[in-house]
Amino acid sequence: MSETGKGLATVDLCKSFGALSVANSINFNLDAGARHALIGPNGAGKTSFVNLVTGVLRPTSGRLMLDGQDITALPQAQRVKRGLVRTFQITALFRRLCVLENVALAIAERQGVGGDFLRPAGRHRAVIEEAYDVLEMLDLARDALRPITELAYGRQRMVEIAVSLALKPSVLLLDEPAAGVPPSESIMIVEAIERLPADIAVLFIEHDMELVFRVAQRITVLVQGSVLVEGKPADIAADPRVRQVYLGERKH
Amino acid sequence: MMQEHSTERLVRAAHIAEFSARHRLRWLEALPWVAAIAAYFVFPNYLALGAQILATILFVLSLDLVLGYAGIVTLGHAAFFGVGAYTAGMLAANGWGEPVSGLLVGGVAAAAVGLVSGAIVLRTSGLTLLMQTLVVAAMLYELANKAHRFTGGADGLQGMEMWPIFGTFRFDMFGNTAYFYCLVVLFLCWAAARNVVHSSFGRSLTGIRENVGRMHAIGAPVARRKLLIYTFSAALAGIAGGLIAQTTQFVGLGVLNLERSGMALIMLIIGGVGQLYGAFIGVPLYMIAQDRFAEVDPAYWYFWIGLSLVFIVVFLRGGVFGVVERLFGRGKSP
Repeated sequence: MSETGKGLATVDLCKSFGALSVANSINFNLDAGARHALIGPNGAGKTSFVNLVTGVLRPTSGRLMLDGQDITALPQAQRVKRGLVRTFQITALFRRLCVLENVALAIAERQGVGGDFLRPAGRHRAVIEEAYDVLEMLDLARDALRPITELAYGRQRMVEIAVSLALKPSVLLLDEPAAGVPPSESIMIVEAIERLPADIAVLFIEHDMELVFRVAQRITVLVQGSVLVEGKPADIAADPRVRQVYLGERKH
Repeated sequence: MMQEHSTERLVRAAHIAEFSARHRLRWLEALPWVAAIAAYFVFPNYLALGAQILATILFVLSLDLVLGYAGIVTLGHAAFFGVGAYTAGMLAANGWGEPVSGLLVGGVAAAAVGLVSGAIVLRTSGLTLLMQTLVVAAMLYELANKAHRFTGGADGLQGMEMWPIFGTFRFDMFGNTAYFYCLVVLFLCWAAARNVVHSSFGRSLTGIRENVGRMHAIGAPVARRKLLIYTFSAALAGIAGGLIAQTTQFVGLGVLNLERSGMALIMLIIGGVGQLYGAFIGVPLYMIAQDRFAEVDPAYWYFWIGLSLVFIVVFLRGGVFGVVERLFGRGKSP
């Protein structure tokens, strides 16, 4: 259906490393404005799926569509330029650079001035102003000039989201946005996700079920590289198969 | 509420002003040049050594661009130094002794080698990259060795004849001209390098060094950026090699050997990596120490160099420059 429309679609996406299959003919649609959660037990292939979609991994077979166009062969940077953006499960920032510069580097690339070797970075005023706008939107402005290493982990996760927003995504993949964040700080992340611009299609991988059921409009359950079931949160919560492989697993 | 809002705007303006001013020249940056001119008057008998130090600073500065900024680890940087030296040398030995154009041709030749070899070796990283850079330099070394007819092989390139610079400044036996020639070239190259480092391109290199995966994820053409800085750095290294060739009027196989690449690395580590000024501290320190140690203890001077290096790596993290920075309490973000 969304193979022709806006958003992301995978068609029979497969990836295997020898005998190990991490993606088994996955058909998945993410429409514009969606708030979709991808859940599943450890080793289900969630992060591999994100890596396939963003181009870190090459699929063994199958196709990837973004806004109706085939992007299967596009390198990572080209996908980013088309609005397909991710965050990382383990915070991946320029740790010794300040918060403002982490965001400014992303904006410089998006505005196409990242390769300018004549003008000092500080003279690209439009880049810096826009970076600061993003920081203000996520309430990060007071830490603008502090290096990442000095921030609490929850705030680092916020910078991670800020960098991805700086790229003006149409499809945003959040790989465990609240992983490792203490409960006292995770509310900040939930609120940030809820405040994301409505037209962005958001897919998030998360283990924190409270977060999943609070934000997601749809949920896909992945088990051993295959889609077990997809549906509304209430249906997923009630599905006996999900309880068995996923929720049940946590109860012992 | 109004008050709070205006405070926020003040903070914003202050933050942006501070962030935007980071490329501005600081007074401290005049220090190396003042010292270099002072050295001319204080040590008139050491100008030949001084010229060598200045050219070596340029070589190590070029290494800092790839290693310190882009995080490209190389043990083959002498390849570019050597190509520049042999190009400038062969021009002068074959009837074209004009120094400035010879230097430029040397730089261009080195850049070409950097571009071609970089396009191949920069596909790898880590230890593989280290070995590949080593191999490029080793191949060029053997090439220079075998091409005896053009390079003089193991005997070295003889018969270079340098014309006066701009037809006016003759290379004198005391090294006056050589010293100022090297100083001016170093200054121009430093100015170019400084500009590159502070540009958006330069900052994206720092991003590549800090987290290459993230650079891919924000859509930066990482491979192209690395190749560009590698080529630029090769050009500067080639100019440094040309300077040494022209001012000593001799080129030996030593310009291409592993020891030269390794020594540049050591000098950079002593001074401080990724700071733009590590070369200005590390090179004089190393070369003067070498000169002194060799005089005091001719048999074991290399041991003392080694011991000093161990001391620096263990106790002076970030090199001498890192310690100076910490003493002045400046600059947390690289």
